Amino acid sequence: MIDRVISSRAPDNFEWRYVAIIGAILSLGLLSIYSVTHAQPGSGVPLYARQMLWVVMGGAAFLVMLVFDYHKIARLSYLFYVVALVLLAVVLVIGKTSRGAQRWFPIGPFAFQPAEFAKVVLILVLASYYASSPREGWRQRVVLPGLIMAPGLLLILKQPDLGSGLSFLAIYVSMLLVVGVRSKALGVLLLLALMLFPFAWEVMWGALHDYQRERILTFVNPAYDPGGKGYHALQSRIAIGSGELLGKGLYGGTQSQLKFLPEGHTDFVFAVFAEEWGFLGVLLLLGLFLGLIMLSIEIASRAKDILGALLAAGVIAMIGFSMVINIGMTAGIFPIVGIPLPLMSYGGSAIVTTMAALGLLLNVKRRRLTLFY
Amino acid sequence: MLDLSPQQDELRELQGHLTILKVGLLLVVALLAIRLWHLQVREGQYYRDLSENNRTRSVILEPARGLIYDRNGVLLANNVPSFNLYVTLEDVTDREALIKRLVGLIGLDEASLRKRLSERGAKLLARKLKGGLTLREAALIESHRLDLPGVMVQAESQRNYPARLTASHLLGYVGEVSADQLEKPEFGGLHQGSVVGQYGVEHTYDRFLRGRAGQKVIEADALGHEKRTVEVQKPEAGDDLYLTIDLRLQKLAEDLLGGEAGAIVAVDPATGEVLALASRPAFDPNVLSRELTPKQWEDIVQDEGHPLTNRATQGQYPPGSTFKIVMAAAALETNTIDPATTIRCFGSYQFGRRLYKDWKAGGHGTMDVSQAIVDSCDVFFYTIGQRMGIEAIASYATQFGLGRETGIELPSERVGIVPSPAWKEKARSEPWLPGETISASIGQGYVTVTPLQMTSLIATVGNNGVSFRPRLIRAVMERTTGRLQELPAVARGQLAIRPETLALIQHALAGVVTEGTARRAKSSLVTIAGKTGTAQAVAARPGPEEDLPKKLRDHAWFISYAPTVTPRIAVGVLVEHMGHGGSAAAPLAKQLIETFIKLAPHEPLIADSPSPARSPMTVMARQEPRD
Repeated sequence: MIDRVISSRAPDNFEWRYVAIIGAILSLGLLSIYSVTHAQPGSGVPLYARQMLWVVMGGAAFLVMLVFDYHKIARLSYLFYVVALVLLAVVLVIGKTSRGAQRWFPIGPFAFQPAEFAKVVLILVLASYYASSPREGWRQRVVLPGLIMAPGLLLILKQPDLGSGLSFLAIYVSMLLVVGVRSKALGVLLLLALMLFPFAWEVMWGALHDYQRERILTFVNPAYDPGGKGYHALQSRIAIGSGELLGKGLYGGTQSQLKFLPEGHTDFVFAVFAEEWGFLGVLLLLGLFLGLIMLSIEIASRAKDILGALLAAGVIAMIGFSMVINIGMTAGIFPIVGIPLPLMSYGGSAIVTTMAALGLLLNVKRRRLTLFY
Repeated sequence: MLDLSPQQDELRELQGHLTILKVGLLLVVALLAIRLWHLQVREGQYYRDLSENNRTRSVILEPARGLIYDRNGVLLANNVPSFNLYVTLEDVTDREALIKRLVGLIGLDEASLRKRLSERGAKLLARKLKGGLTLREAALIESHRLDLPGVMVQAESQRNYPARLTASHLLGYVGEVSADQLEKPEFGGLHQGSVVGQYGVEHTYDRFLRGRAGQKVIEADALGHEKRTVEVQKPEAGDDLYLTIDLRLQKLAEDLLGGEAGAIVAVDPATGEVLALASRPAFDPNVLSRELTPKQWEDIVQDEGHPLTNRATQGQYPPGSTFKIVMAAAALETNTIDPATTIRCFGSYQFGRRLYKDWKAGGHGTMDVSQAIVDSCDVFFYTIGQRMGIEAIASYATQFGLGRETGIELPSERVGIVPSPAWKEKARSEPWLPGETISASIGQGYVTVTPLQMTSLIATVGNNGVSFRPRLIRAVMERTTGRLQELPAVARGQLAIRPETLALIQHALAGVVTEGTARRAKSSLVTIAGKTGTAQAVAARPGPEEDLPKKLRDHAWFISYAPTVTPRIAVGVLVEHMGHGGSAAAPLAKQLIETFIKLAPHEPLIADSPSPARSPMTVMARQEPRD
């Protein structure tokens, strides 16, 4: 094979930009977490310090995923997927419960969420499947990969973790779209459903009776609390809105500093950021995310084989979807489903797996040119 | 390019699809940016004001609980205005001063107040300190507003049961959701301080009655008092329930029990609708729905009469001779006897070295099964029980619905015991003794049942073996849609018993009232069929019944249905420690049945003898013309 080795060459300009954007988003996240939690009295290691540890571990994961040839990694994908399914099943039995859902394993002081791991493994397994399949007919394009995804999705929804479940679906649908659906109508429909989901949701959701919504929400999330949640949503909106154009300055976010905003370091970290950095900061952050996505799409469209292109597409879908849904929910245009903001929200499992996924993406890029050497 | 294989073509095509992701994500990020621009730039000033004043507070608006009516639309439970005391911790500057003032002003219990204030919860969300303030207390708080930062009085509703003690076990009561309950999924959507049903129908149908809480976000002044409403999400009232109970019959049943402990149940055999379900002693749900002091609660729980026990569904008593219905059916169906088999009764039955007595000292003479039911001859049933064995008895008792839940929609229904060797091995780790079969044959020994089970049993017999789940709810009125949703009867099944056997038993049961042990239930208005029972409360008796202290005396049973053909009501009566079923229980059932007939005299009431079995289809299709 020609595509062996090579990674010893120095990173090029493109790669530096890629790493710089990731670093910038991580830094903004750390700053925001520091801002909300530094004054919090608490025992043990402060949250921002822990998050730094996660970032370091994420960096290691990034390098690991970069060093090995992605073809080798992909060859193990089915094994990884079986491991992920076992972990998802086991977490239902012995996992820790937080707010009504069984999501994580305690490993010493750390909490490991198998659902985060499973997302990256799903990308690997679907990409390997499509790369080795003839991809003929809707059965091989739609049904079989759907069946591969289904057990993972069901186990995640059983926890129940609506956010990760939606991410799972988004990864599947996006990769399916990139592979191409023969029926144009279906393709367009899937695309619209995925991209406009947050906005369409508002319309469909608005048409339901309150009690119907209540039943749905209580069904998917037993910890749903109308009093508490309406409160959170409003406080989040106040935090974002009160940032105005220029923001209140670092550590100046009164909403978040005064603990009006719950979960300021995790799911609502964007609200903290928006309050302190204002609309200009928000544009900067959206720009960084968009930059990351565009560079990633660049990698995908120059990948030398189908496996690489699909791996890249899956990672883009995962990160893009989480970002859109998270910001949408903090800005009050989407129900609060509990999806972290990639690279910014506090949480070890998410940081490490997201960075591993980005490492995989860069891996695709670094092996791109080998064909021509 | 090195290679333009089909693989490479496909790769190009596939990479072309990436545009979809690109354009889609660009579009959505643009929409997000527009939304954020709207929030931060266009409405930024508004949100800045809210955040700078730092004065938004959130108050939960409790929903009005659904109302409960009887089958005729008579109100059983509603809501009356009440003043509740709330505090928002964020605005409390001096917690000790607040505690001191509240204790001083309206005499709150200091310990529970302290506990409430230190419970976890959002600081900006008002928490309830006390419900049911008197008008005077509410006025006192209002006039001391300035000394009580963060404190407010909200006018809300308090559950009210106009009929007070009537139907209390059935209706149940409400109370604040407990911390344990909040953890459970069925209480999803509730919050600390939510009021939920804790007993009775209030509990079972809480999901309908509860409604949905709303929320009001207010802008508060410097003392935490409302200045302006920012956002209101209105609460939604719960659904109304229409019970199957007829309040007139329910009241009568309770009056009939009077000061005695016991239960009376009346059901419609053709639908399973419960017309009355009385249990005495009772409690006042109005009292239990308010906040009780630990002392008050203790008094209720430790009351010797156990007023909180619903004797109709939770009281487990030996069925006594009412069990002979099961015995007769089992003996005939297992061909242990035929209708003509006779047994001579000399007043006792010898088994091993023990003598089992008949209730009638001299004996009943020669009896067939019909006559044995009419006169409640113990020796006849000792004999057939011994011949059949306990397994056959247990199998038929189970078929008649004993030892299992009737499925009525009330919490913690008890099932009683259908004893068998397997049961005894499991429950007591002892082998079954042959003599115990003999005790069981007359509904003594280990056999226990609830009054509801026995009423359901006699209703099934009267309804030619077709059984319905006893049910309490006729219809639910959905508040959100205004629709009245009728709930259907739920068939439980058909006894696997020959029609001839049922007809024989029905005939004998009619004889019990006309010429047997329940002559005091004989009515000139309607033909009644039934069976008496006298259940020993304690196995060993130190002396003659009359000399015993009351709590050791026998329980009186009477289970019945009327009219004898196409019965429209089945009534079970159990009176604790009142002696013979024929004298203490049967007259009560007669009165209840006569009142029922007078209230709704629509169908032929007097029949000479039980008619041949109706088909189950017509039974189920029968409508009720009487309301």
